[in-house]
Amino acid sequence: MKMMKLVYPMTLALAVTLAATGCRNHRPYGVTPIPNGQGGLVNNLGPGGTMGGNQPGGGQQADINSFDNMVPDRAALAAYTIHFAFDSSVIRHSEEANLQSVASALKSDPSTKLTIEGNCDERGTEEYNRALGDRRALAAREALAKLGVDPARIRTMSYGKDKPVDPGHNESAWSQNRRDDFVLLHPKTGA
Amino acid sequence: MKNCITICLSLVFIVLAAALCRGQSDQGEIQITRPVSELGNTKPVPVSIEGFGPEVTEILKFDLYVQGFTFVAPDAAQYQISGSSAGDVVGRVVDRFAKTTILSRSYNGASVRRQAHAFTDDMVLAITGKKGIAQTRIAFKVEASSGNGEIYVADFDGHNAQAVTHDGVIVSAPSWVPGRSALYYNSYKLGNPDIFYHNLSTGERHVIAHYSGSNISPAASPDGSRVAMIMSRSGSPNVWVANADGANPRKLTSTSEDSSPCWSPDGGWICFATKMRERRMLAKVPAGGGEVQALHTPGAPNPTEPDWSPDGKWIAFTLQAGEFDICVMPADGSAPPVILVRGEDPSWSPNSRTLIYARRTGGRYILSLLDVYTKQVKDIRQISGSDSEPAWAK
Repeated sequence: MKMMKLVYPMTLALAVTLAATGCRNHRPYGVTPIPNGQGGLVNNLGPGGTMGGNQPGGGQQADINSFDNMVPDRAALAAYTIHFAFDSSVIRHSEEANLQSVASALKSDPSTKLTIEGNCDERGTEEYNRALGDRRALAAREALAKLGVDPARIRTMSYGKDKPVDPGHNESAWSQNRRDDFVLLHPKTGA
Repeated sequence: MKNCITICLSLVFIVLAAALCRGQSDQGEIQITRPVSELGNTKPVPVSIEGFGPEVTEILKFDLYVQGFTFVAPDAAQYQISGSSAGDVVGRVVDRFAKTTILSRSYNGASVRRQAHAFTDDMVLAITGKKGIAQTRIAFKVEASSGNGEIYVADFDGHNAQAVTHDGVIVSAPSWVPGRSALYYNSYKLGNPDIFYHNLSTGERHVIAHYSGSNISPAASPDGSRVAMIMSRSGSPNVWVANADGANPRKLTSTSEDSSPCWSPDGGWICFATKMRERRMLAKVPAGGGEVQALHTPGAPNPTEPDWSPDGKWIAFTLQAGEFDICVMPADGSAPPVILVRGEDPSWSPNSRTLIYARRTGGRYILSLLDVYTKQVKDIRQISGSDSEPAWAK
């Protein structure tokens, strides 16, 4: 027991020393400073902001600048909107009469131009639909060219699924939303 | 007898103290190989969290959950996380099996939220040997019911969100320039779907593609010197590559129905969704031009929205088949895709482990995080409206 009495304080001392060292090590070694925030975002697109990047089309589409100074008339051809099957950019026979009407309107006034707006229902991913709407507009442009309209008078534009006419989530809404709208463009008076 | 017990306890204490001291210098990395079979099937790592205030506890749990950890009592945990957050965050991690302290650190400055994120990143590095994601950022679009929207940036968990645009027009598809505080995105500000480059530090932005038809789906190359995009100026939507400022655009594909280009991390390839031989598929084309090669996705027809992981090993994509599912497959095609969760438009974290993606609920999109190994999912903090098209800053 005497021996034990001697061992105990020694052991305790060793334990305390080690534990103390351990504890010191367990205290955080060095403080990590965290930088504050990400800095502000400046959002000005001031008058000096570059909006350039315009280059001649070069490809099959007309130069986008050739549509400047045109005034859109959404009502003129609103009755001739054409519709598409699900996930398709093929123009159905049922839509050909409307395309004929659009072609006639353009041919009757050579000063006008046309924007074809392609749209989709919500059953596709966003970027897929943006490309699908584009293909629908391009299909109508091609069809109008076959009907004798100069494709240089036509620009195409896809809204993907961002501009539904019916916000519903059923086939009746979807079938209305899969469409090309035709927007007649008049030259600015005096231009 | 009492003395004997005390001695025994002291000895245990010595052994423990010695073990803990040894642990200080023993921060070895755990390298785990990850075969395809582990996608969605990996058991989360059990950890316990004690001592922090409610806000910090919540942040730590969120950050760890989406990186493959689960929360249990201390005596069931593989790693015991403890500390305090009165004032600044102080934390330590003990490996209960190895009986070593693998991390002990305190933080100051910024906010307690940022300190907690920094502590998570240190923990993930100490435990897995991989860089964590808790201090990374995302960009996304927020759409109103009108269809118009704005581009936002935020912390990866949706906090500290800030609008980048204030145009009130249709916007889409933000894409970070790797290593820079800069985005490409699509905006209809000029009355046409055009591609903008926006320097977030200076606020300067430039239109880099404004041609008739679509100029959409921009993707910056890994070195930031080029941008891939979809343009239809030649009469159909195809993959184009231009210099970072839009100069020198070259048409790379003549396939039909192209969409959603992304880059391989070595900058050598552009992967995209297309249609070949009447079948929807993913494909890749050399970024400098060349032959388009199909990437087969057996069991996952109608794939779209590919995103190549920064480590080069995986391609995540959306499976469109009535519903939308997030899939991951080896980039080398060595195994078929694994379907993970409902959702669309995945974007990889910088460490190639977690995906951010959009999912539909109640007629709108919300953003969620997915740990591809454990399939653990958490919604991030949302902005009102529909939040979609996430892009993780690399």
